[in-house]
Amino acid sequence: MRRSFLPIILVIAGLAILAILPKVLTSYYVGLLVTVLIFGIFALSLDLLLGHCGLPSLGHAASFGTAAYVAGFLSLKIANNAPVNFAAALFAGGAVAAIFGLLALRTRGIYFLMITLALSQVLWGLAFKWKSATGGDDGMPGIPRPNLSMLGLDLTPVNSYYYFTLALFVLVCILMYILIRSPFGHSLRGIRESESRMLALGYNVWAHQYVAFIIAGLFAALAGILYVYYNNMVSPKDLHLITSAKVLLMVILGGTGTFLGPILGATLIVLLENIVSGFTERWLLILGIIYVLVIMLAPKGLLGPLRGRLRRWIPM
Amino acid sequence: MNFWILQSLNGLSYGMLLFLLAAGLSLSFGLMNIVNLAHGSYFLVGAYVGLTVMERTGNFMAAVVVGAISVGILGLLMQRLLLRRLTDHLAQVLLTIGFLFILGDLSLVIWGGVPQIIPKPPLFEGPIRIMESVFPSYRLLVIGVGIVVAIFLWWLQDRTAMGANVRAAVDDEEMAGSTGINVALLMTVVFGLGAAMAALGGVVGGAFLTIFPGQDMDVLLLALVVVIIGGLGSLKGAFVAALLVGLLDNFGKALFPELALFTIFAPMAIILAIRPTGLFGRA
Repeated sequence: MRRSFLPIILVIAGLAILAILPKVLTSYYVGLLVTVLIFGIFALSLDLLLGHCGLPSLGHAASFGTAAYVAGFLSLKIANNAPVNFAAALFAGGAVAAIFGLLALRTRGIYFLMITLALSQVLWGLAFKWKSATGGDDGMPGIPRPNLSMLGLDLTPVNSYYYFTLALFVLVCILMYILIRSPFGHSLRGIRESESRMLALGYNVWAHQYVAFIIAGLFAALAGILYVYYNNMVSPKDLHLITSAKVLLMVILGGTGTFLGPILGATLIVLLENIVSGFTERWLLILGIIYVLVIMLAPKGLLGPLRGRLRRWIPM
Repeated sequence: MNFWILQSLNGLSYGMLLFLLAAGLSLSFGLMNIVNLAHGSYFLVGAYVGLTVMERTGNFMAAVVVGAISVGILGLLMQRLLLRRLTDHLAQVLLTIGFLFILGDLSLVIWGGVPQIIPKPPLFEGPIRIMESVFPSYRLLVIGVGIVVAIFLWWLQDRTAMGANVRAAVDDEEMAGSTGINVALLMTVVFGLGAAMAALGGVVGGAFLTIFPGQDMDVLLLALVVVIIGGLGSLKGAFVAALLVGLLDNFGKALFPELALFTIFAPMAIILAIRPTGLFGRA
């Protein structure tokens, strides 16, 4: 019994630190933490596909960016009605996943990767070219943060936005934790290991993967919404292959199929991007080099070697 | 009337460039089971090297040859030194993402961010008259080059010992190896050839499309759509699909500039729904 208390204590300690940090950090670093949390959600959502289903999506920015565009467009051009815009953007991100999932899940492995990439780049092209609706290459600047006045909650100051993001981050972690421990999560991993066996056992393989694809899309959409409100703008790069590849690297860097891995990966990459961008414009070059190094030197991720030990604490 | 003929010609010449790109992508998939996401970078780097050679020498043939050979060597080295060391196909594909970013950013450093164009060879600068109509002669040249390369590849694959070895290795790598075929060498050669063809497309295309940072990813997308529609590993599929995508993309851009990419999304979605392995792909 003693062992099972440790993770709970660690989680509570972690949460306490995350809750206190804005009191001691300047607003610049609080903003950086917001970005870390958002990409943590984004990376966790991709790990549901990559780690638990074995589906390597290279188009995960599709749901993220679509939700960001819908939230931004509605807030800027229709009304700054946060609950409605949130719901509409979530729906749009989920709908993109539902459509792309239908097409991409007809294939596996490298085909799947290639098709998710191609589909998401088509959306990027649309955002880039359809100037009248999306603002083209410049995107849409000046998107206001939600003001939930009926709840007495104004999310404009970065500290309140941080707590809002943190709350949703914790919610996503709890939901994801329940999901991957549920019979559904076990079935997904069964399918990842052997599709034919699960099929023979009577599991509807396609439906499991399709549902997982949509759930991953919804979580990515949530990250996209949080991202657009935090940055006050959305641009085609939020749908671009670079964004998809970045979040994929976060998951691989941390270690697929682990709970902490994607969050760790997101933290490292966001911090590194921030530091590198401070003194050079060659971020893409650095990102490429990290890709090569991670694949050549640590293909199982940083948590890979520790995985056996972590398995005691964290459900896989 | 003239609009349709001219746009078809533009679409076909663009399709030929896509064929040069997609053929290498498709062949290396057939042999190695990987999709090289840095393939668009070969196109871009080839175009830039061609541009530099053209500026220094003024000789278009030299630009083509130097561009294709230098990028071909780059491909050989990438395959030999890095890709070959990885056994997992997915890891190999992910590695090529790294090179997509590295080569793209290095090109930006070396050649700058301003869109540039390679001067056309003087012989093909002007238009040509065929029965009352005027055609840009360079576009016709590009179509000719595409057809010649297609015939050459068909001959290589169907009529030579090397082609027979490639076909054997695609069918069953281990059996081919046990009959004495050097499969590892074959992979390197095919990979390098694919890189050189992509660079050839870059130099040839650089004289009528502009060369700009980000083009590597634009052409990569179109090349991926070509292999998705044509079927991975099939040269015939790559040829048919490249022309189809070239035409669709060109008419899309001319007729609905804001929604251009949707003209290639639709056929891709239909193919995936009906035949996920592509028109000529094997199940």
